[in-house]
Amino acid sequence: MRALPFSTLLTVLTLLALPVRAELSLLNVSYDVSRELYKDINPAFVAEWQAKKREGITLNQSHGGSSKQALSVAAGLEADVVTMNQSPDIDILVERGALVAADWQRRFPHESAPYTTVSVFLVRRGNPKGLKDWSDLARPGVSVIVPNPKTSGNGRYTYLAAWGQALQKHGGNAAEARKFVAALFKNVPVLDGGGRGATTTFTQRDIGDVLVTFENEAALIADELGNAAFEVVYPPLTIEAAAPVAVVDKVVDKRGTREAATAYLNFLFSPAGQQIIARHHFRPRDPAALKQYAARFPPVRTFTVENALGGWANVQKTHFADGGIYDQIVEQR
Amino acid sequence: MARRYKNVLPGFPLTLGYTLVYLSLVILIPLTAVFIKAADLSPSQFWAVVSAPRVVASYKVSFGLSLAAAAINSVFGLMLAWSLVRYSFPGKKLIDALVDLPFALPTAVAGIALTALYAGNGWLGRFLETPGVKLAALWLRLGGSAETAEYLAGFGVKVAYTPLGILVALIFIGLPFVVRTVQPILEDLDTELEEAAASLGARRWQTFRHVLLPILLPALLTGFALAFARAVGEYGSVIFIAGNIPMVSEITPLMIITKLEQYDYVGATAVAAVMLLLSFVLLLLVNILQAWTSRRIRRGR
Repeated sequence: MRALPFSTLLTVLTLLALPVRAELSLLNVSYDVSRELYKDINPAFVAEWQAKKREGITLNQSHGGSSKQALSVAAGLEADVVTMNQSPDIDILVERGALVAADWQRRFPHESAPYTTVSVFLVRRGNPKGLKDWSDLARPGVSVIVPNPKTSGNGRYTYLAAWGQALQKHGGNAAEARKFVAALFKNVPVLDGGGRGATTTFTQRDIGDVLVTFENEAALIADELGNAAFEVVYPPLTIEAAAPVAVVDKVVDKRGTREAATAYLNFLFSPAGQQIIARHHFRPRDPAALKQYAARFPPVRTFTVENALGGWANVQKTHFADGGIYDQIVEQR
Repeated sequence: MARRYKNVLPGFPLTLGYTLVYLSLVILIPLTAVFIKAADLSPSQFWAVVSAPRVVASYKVSFGLSLAAAAINSVFGLMLAWSLVRYSFPGKKLIDALVDLPFALPTAVAGIALTALYAGNGWLGRFLETPGVKLAALWLRLGGSAETAEYLAGFGVKVAYTPLGILVALIFIGLPFVVRTVQPILEDLDTELEEAAASLGARRWQTFRHVLLPILLPALLTGFALAFARAVGEYGSVIFIAGNIPMVSEITPLMIITKLEQYDYVGATAVAAVMLLLSFVLLLLVNILQAWTSRRIRRGR
């Protein structure tokens, strides 16, 4: 109860404390685990802008849980752009105070999502439990680590991945999908608040046989901890998570930063931006970048919330709202 | 009361005025906002939110474990305060300072440290979770039967990611409250009282039960109430060690955060309002109990 207003306050205070400069500046409000990505994107964009416009520009970043960050912007944090990991966190800015135009998904290519990632399994070396497909995760005696779908976008995608693939396997039978997802969540011993928390539980506390997380997070774990302890398993069918971006119209019109903000987001879709994105293990949209880093991104059959599950609004209502299917499943554990 | 007593501070109306304004600004207005926001719901909607099975389970976890933690702290906090006041030993100053550490530590740090310690691969967790296995091995080596060994192997306590872990975290953050409220009373307490009791033939237990405890009880209750209040509102440290399994180890503050993350402000404030009410009622009860016990002592004297 305390953590949320406090972090918001802290962000606001930090921004207030920044010296007032005549120089052009942009604030990018983003989700938790995009830190490393934007640390590389920003200097590259600044260099390009300076070369083109002959004027300086400063990029400020704010990171935190995706929904929490969206709430801060809705409450008045003056973000020029938002870069989130699920579209409901931008839709809320359309609903609350019309900060973002309703057609934000059509403003940039690929539904305004410069990259995607997929949900994968991270298992312990040698895959001792032989986990290959989603159905293995629901077997008795398998322990699965997943972040809390109620508080984490990563967890929500995992839940939806399990649901969607079960739906396809059983020819669209929702009752079967529900039975499967319920069995899977019976195997979850810890529900961490966010993706990084789940990573810690799996890698540092040695809990669980498998961690279900995004491909880029799995790659990061392998980079940080060495490939010796863990291996990545690609299930035959999984969910594709697109990371949407938008210009916050009300803010850029007030601050006169629309041109820069638009250029910044366009940079994400440019070949240079797509290169950086691919280096950070996010699947780029640009075929050239994808080809160059093909070894990192094995082809995998995917579905999305939009094409298989009836869109985010529907998913939120039927699955994650209070009393929704997720609540019903976990209450019956 | 013939003459008006001259106070150091300005008179009663001004003092009360300040008290009310300050209390309103700092406590009442923010709390009213919670209730006003929660009033956006119709009574039946409100009831549906606050009586959802997951939320009710979280009340049990939060309030039950907070009461348990405060009770445990009352016993051990009293012992700690006693040894700090009554005895002098090397390192006493250090231990006295250590007591305050849970106040100063960011709660998330406490949570991470406790989790690392009590997880199955932690320093303490590894001995707690699987002592049965070692015991069984020993039993077999001593020539015991396999069935008994199998039975023994089942022994062990999981602390991290269970309600027990939450209890450990709540005990950790609540300890200073009891020690610091009981300590000054103990310091004021003359040993002569105990000597008198002893010379009148009281046994040690009788002295404690009939002489010391009645004097200490009001302070002990205050400490209990403070430790309890802190534990109910605690989020940072618990969230790491709880495991957050629905219906088992979800605390009420997590339910509030969960609702906020889903943009459900109103639902969050509804649960918050219930939490406030429950805490207020419990604290009021403790205060009444405390007033009653201190009246009894004054009468006894």
